[in-house]
Order: sequence, then C-alpha cells, then structure tokens
Amino acid sequence: MTDIVGKRYWYFLISALIIVPGLIAMGISMIRFGSPVRLSIDFTGGALMELAFEQPVTPAEVRQVFVEHGYGDTLVQTTLDAKTVLIRSKELEEGEKAKIQADLVDKFGPLTELRFDQVGPTVGREVTRSAITAIAAAAIVIMGFIIFAWRKVPNALRYGICATAATFHDVLVTMGVFSILGLLLGWEADALFLTAMLTVTGYSVQDTIVVFDRIRENIPKRRGEPYELIVNRSLLETIHRSLATQLNAIFILVAILFFGGATIRQFVATLLIGLLSGTYSSIFTAVPLLVVWEKGEWRNLFRRLSGRSPARA
Amino acid sequence: MQQRDMTLLMLIIILTGITIWIVWPNNPGLHIHLGPIHFDRDIKVHRGLDLQGGVQVVLEADLPPGQQVDADAMAAVKGIIDNRVNGLGVVEPIVQLAGSNRIVVELPGIQDPELAISTLRQTGLLEFVDAGNTFLPPGLEVQTSFRESGEFGIPTPTPEPTATATALATETATPTPAVTPTEAISPTVTAEATPSPTPRPRIFRTVITGRHLKTAQVGQDEYGRPQINFTLTEEGAKIFAEHTAANIGRYLAIAMDGVIISCPRIESAITEGSGRITGDFKLSEARSIVIQLRYGALPVPLKVIQNRTVGPTLGQDSVARSTRAGIIGVIVVLLFMLVYYRLHGIVADIALVLYALVTFSLFKLIPVTLTLPGVAGFLFSVGTAVDANILIFERMKEELRQGKRFGSAIQAGFDRAWTSIRDSNLSTLITCVILYWFGSNFGASMVKGFAVTLFLGVLVSMFTAITVTRTIIRTLYAIGGENLRDSKWLIGL
Repeated sequence: MTDIVGKRYWYFLISALIIVPGLIAMGISMIRFGSPVRLSIDFTGGALMELAFEQPVTPAEVRQVFVEHGYGDTLVQTTLDAKTVLIRSKELEEGEKAKIQADLVDKFGPLTELRFDQVGPTVGREVTRSAITAIAAAAIVIMGFIIFAWRKVPNALRYGICATAATFHDVLVTMGVFSILGLLLGWEADALFLTAMLTVTGYSVQDTIVVFDRIRENIPKRRGEPYELIVNRSLLETIHRSLATQLNAIFILVAILFFGGATIRQFVATLLIGLLSGTYSSIFTAVPLLVVWEKGEWRNLFRRLSGRSPARA
Repeated sequence: MQQRDMTLLMLIIILTGITIWIVWPNNPGLHIHLGPIHFDRDIKVHRGLDLQGGVQVVLEADLPPGQQVDADAMAAVKGIIDNRVNGLGVVEPIVQLAGSNRIVVELPGIQDPELAISTLRQTGLLEFVDAGNTFLPPGLEVQTSFRESGEFGIPTPTPEPTATATALATETATPTPAVTPTEAISPTVTAEATPSPTPRPRIFRTVITGRHLKTAQVGQDEYGRPQINFTLTEEGAKIFAEHTAANIGRYLAIAMDGVIISCPRIESAITEGSGRITGDFKLSEARSIVIQLRYGALPVPLKVIQNRTVGPTLGQDSVARSTRAGIIGVIVVLLFMLVYYRLHGIVADIALVLYALVTFSLFKLIPVTLTLPGVAGFLFSVGTAVDANILIFERMKEELRQGKRFGSAIQAGFDRAWTSIRDSNLSTLITCVILYWFGSNFGASMVKGFAVTLFLGVLVSMFTAITVTRTIIRTLYAIGGENLRDSKWLIGL
C-alpha cells in the first residue's frame, strides 16, 4: 500500500512554499494598495474603459489626454494588441467621457468603445460591505454544514476543524497567487473574484467531505488497525475519484481559459487555482492534519518543520 | 428487467425528445390557440448585456443626507422610468428596484449610452396642455410651450384650424384609453409616419404643470367606472378656473414628459380647485395615471451611481468564444469518461448529454438570462454532473472487485455514493444562494448569472447523474446479464 500519510510534512512544506510567497505578496499589496489583493472599481469606485483604435497607440499618449482633462492618476495599458487599451481612472464627471473620447478621436483617429464601467464610491463601499457579509455567511454556513455532516462521528469537532483548516489553506493559496499576479500582471479583484473564492470554498469542503466520508465508513470496518493506516487506506480508495473529478473540472476550465472570452479569464483562472488547491488540500492537508492531531504531533510540529527545511535546501 | 426501469426508460426517452425540441436553435415557441385558450410563449436564449452589448445603469435617489425616500415614490419613479425606457425602443429592457432607493436599468443593444442615460434621468414633467378641439391619443408625443421655452403660453381664444385637428386625429394610431408601457407609441415612428400638413410642428400651450397639483386619487363616477380626482394648489386653481371657463367643450390633454397620457374634454368650468378626469380606462390604468400625476409632479431626482457599457463587438465575440470553449471542454470530458470508464463511460456520456439538454432547456424556458459567468457556471456544473457518476462508478468497481453480483454492486454503488453526492452538492447549493444574495444587492448580474446557472446545473445533475445513469445501467445489465463480468475490459475493472 502506498504510504501517503507518512510523508505528511513534505506536503505541509509544499503548501508553505506556495502560501508564504503569497503572504509576502499580500503584505506588499497591503502597503501599496491598502488591501491584500488589488481591488477593482467594483470595490473602490472609479471608471474602467476599454477602447479599440484603428491604429496602434502608446499608452502614455492616451494617458496624457486624461491628464489634460484633470484625471491625473489614470492608468493605461494595452490589452490584446497595441490598438486596444484598457484605461482605469477616477470616476468621470458627467459629460467628461464624451469630451475625452472626442479628444482621443482627434489625436488617434476613430475608436470603438468595447466596454465602459463606472462605479460610484458609495456603491464601492457598499459592495465591500456586502462582500464581507457574504464571506461571513459562507464561513458560518460551511462550518455549520461540516458540524452537521459529522454529528454522529466521534471527535466531530476534530474533523470539522481539519476540514476548515484545509478550506482556509485554499483561500490562502488562491488569494496569495492572485495577489502575486496582481503585483506582476496588474490583476484586480472584482465582484467575480469574490464569486470564484466563495465557489472554491464550497468545492474545497466538498472534496474534503468525500475523503472524510470514507474514513468515517472505514473506522468501524477495520477495528484494530492503526488510525494512520485506516486513513491512508481511505485516501487511496478515494484518490481515483478525486483525480478523475479534478481532471474533468480542469478540462472544462482550461478550455474556457484558452478559448473563452477575455472578460472572464481572471475569474476562470481563480476558479482553476482554487480547485487545484482544493483537491490538493483534501488529500494532502486535511487528512494528514487528522493524523497529526490523532498522534498528538502538534508539540513537535514546529521542531520537525524547522529540522526538515534546511535538509531540503 | 423491472417494470419500474422500463417506465423510467420511456420517460427518459420522452424527456430527451422534448428537450431536443426546446434546445433546437430556431424553436418557433409555443403558440397554442384552442378556442378560448391562448398560450403564446417564445422559447429562446436570453442573452445578458455582456453577450449582446448594451448598457446597465444603476440610478439612486439623490436626496439630501438624512432624508428618506418612501417606497411609493420609488415605485412611481420606476413606473416613469419604465415608460421612458419603452420610449427608447429597446428590445427586452429591464427596470428593477434594488434596495430602498435604487433602480437598475438594463438596456440591451443600445447605441448611444450617454443619450439613453440622460433621457432616463430627466426629472419627470407633468403638464396639462390646451389641446383645443384636437383629441390627442395617449402615447402621442407633443411639443408644449413649457417644454420648449419653460413658459406658459398665452391663451389662444381662437380654435385651431380643423385641418390640423383631423390630420392628427386620423393619422395616429387608434385612441387608447390610457397609456400603458407596452402600448406607448414610439415617438420616432410617429414622427416618421405623419406627413406633416403644416410646415412647423404645432406647439401646444401648457396651462399648468405638476407643481400646481396638490393631490390625485382614483375614484369612481356615478356609473362605478374608475375616474381620477385631483385637487390643485391655490395658484393652480386660479389658472385652471380661468382656462376651463373659457374652453368648455374643448380638450385638455395631460402629458408626461411630452407624451400624452390622457385627453379628457372639459365638461364644465372648474373653479373650486378640484376636478376629475373621466375616460374609458380600466382601474389599473387609472391607478397608473394617478401615480404619474402624483409623482410626476414630485419626482425624486436621480443620479447615476454605476454604469456598465459593453460594446456590441465585444459581446458578439464573447458568444462565439464561449460557445467554442464550451464545446471543446465538454468533448474532452466525454472522451475522458469514455476512455476511463468504457461501457459505464458511455452511460455517463449519455447522461451528460441529457444533462446539457435539460439544463439548457430550463435556461430557455424559465428563462434564465445568460451572461458570460453564467455560461462558465453552466460548464462548471458539467464537472459536478460527471463527479456524481465518477463517485458511483468507483464505488461499483470496488464492489465488483470484492466479487459481488452485478445487481447488488449497482445497488451498493449508488447507495453508498449517494451520501457523498448529497453532502457535496448541498454545500455548492448553499454557496449559490449566498452568491445570489450578494449579486442581487447591487445589480451585479454577472455574479447572479453564475449563481443561478450553477444552482440549476447542480440540481439537474443530481437527476441525470443518478436516476438516468442508474436506469440505463440496470437496463444494460438486464440485457447483458452476468456475461458482462467476463468482459472486464469493457466495464473498466
């Protein structure tokens, strides 16, 4: 029997290798933008405009037009090619948009407005508030759900906490990677980012529940076997399912990522990261944590981790 | 083969037939006309703004801080906006109240968002205009002195030339008792269809405006028909008394934003500052006019707090791309299931195709407005649908490896996998509900779209992945019997 659980500290190390840079990126974002991930106008308020010109333009020149109209902190970047630009600015006063676009036409020739989003600052604050409420509601509901699902099992609290830890792991991984991409590629968290995060949490719990469910079933069947062995057996029994399911979800998401519209690319990428992390954590975080708890390894956890890391380096 | 499986199989085949019909691209819709029964329903895909281009605006009551806007006033504002949106001639617009002081307006396929927004935001203007001897049908757009110059015109004692009057009365649509959103005549159409006999369009004289109005209520006349009672302010009453006394027998049209909503005839001089509007209208129409009278006079100023515009090219591009992405993704999943689970994979693939058919039919029937994230949610739920089958098949394989007979292995596979499927789907459904709440809070149709399609997808998947798969597998084993056990390759053991 392949021993998965035995190598648990390696998995924790792998998780740390992803989470720690993510946390650092979140720290940098916190200093630079005031939040762990770059926030889009959905939360901050402001205007976003995507324009397609008939000839290549340089972002700096486009930006200049905005500056002349009094929008100093405008960001302009090209998207698909040099002819398409994405412009982020403060909320535009009434009528200003038409004036700016007229100036742009004068300078760079005809343009097509692909999209324009404008969100007032009050709405942004409210969206942030409802986002926090939604996250809190999701957290409470999922915790409640786990407690409910495990109500008849001894040590229900332990399973609940390990499942929650795995979910938290996925949130950290997804947010961390997104934060890194925010610093590198300018990715911004919008309302859809939150949607992806909440969906990821739901799926993460679901993956963990499938594995835990098997443990629950195997414990009475294999009395006398050490806990670690039962857990490992349960993992192996469900790993086919986990991988097969995961592969299918990946097929779909990768197809949308590469062939789907550009507007939801970040959303799909976030889902994909979260989903990968969710499957990983259900096998390599939640279950090993159960064993760590069972064997009371908490006390020497840190010692072992610090003992192993240099060995790897 | 059991009777129950047979029945289920028949039902599944019928369902497949129906859903294929619904999903068929050029579905004619349901139009049943059997004697008194009339049932008309178009069956088509409703595309969200991000897929067809258009503008979404969130308007908020612009009141001084601390001042609350009451629900009636907002309902009236919504009614007025509804009318204006209809005036824009947009196909399938959406006007919704959001929260206590907001209105979400979605205008698909609009060409000039700025113009549309400014039209929506105009403060409503209610006028009583002197129509002379001309009956002005509701829905007709007229020019009035107040709207043109902001002034009340000087009384014109001489009646207008009858030529204009008949021209107007005959060339416009048949008079309708009162305006309702669907019956409103598009202003542009009227303008084009009317060959103007006079060189200049006639400007009607504004007698009083909404600010002269004190109250308006729905009442009943002596025959029990609905009528509208109103009272005027002191100043309004004075002007009104003078005008009505001098114009008995003529028409006094009531216009909202320059569109006629009612055109009563002056029956007697109204000197006491209160009057009534009678006409051939239904109770609901009378109510709608009262709302417009009351709040057209006191409209809540609105400000745009959110504006999202998607150009038509981006929308079109997104449709093409997401369709292609969806087809590629689903084909890969179908192939994977076939290769990995072989015979069972074929069954899962059948269930998956049926799943797609049923879900898409529901989108068309309910109807669900499809947005890009909505399409993503739909495709994502394909994964959930397959997941249920994978759980079941893995379980069945285990049971078969332990040497169980097919019948009991199938039974055990489905029974044992059920708790996992139920629990995991429940957590997704709960997440969807939270997302829906989050999305509807501020008109984020993208978030809502994802939540709705994922929710429906998960529900349908529980039916197709469990009931459909089980029925087909049982049928297969009823035909193939225990012989199948020997073909281990086929069942993927």
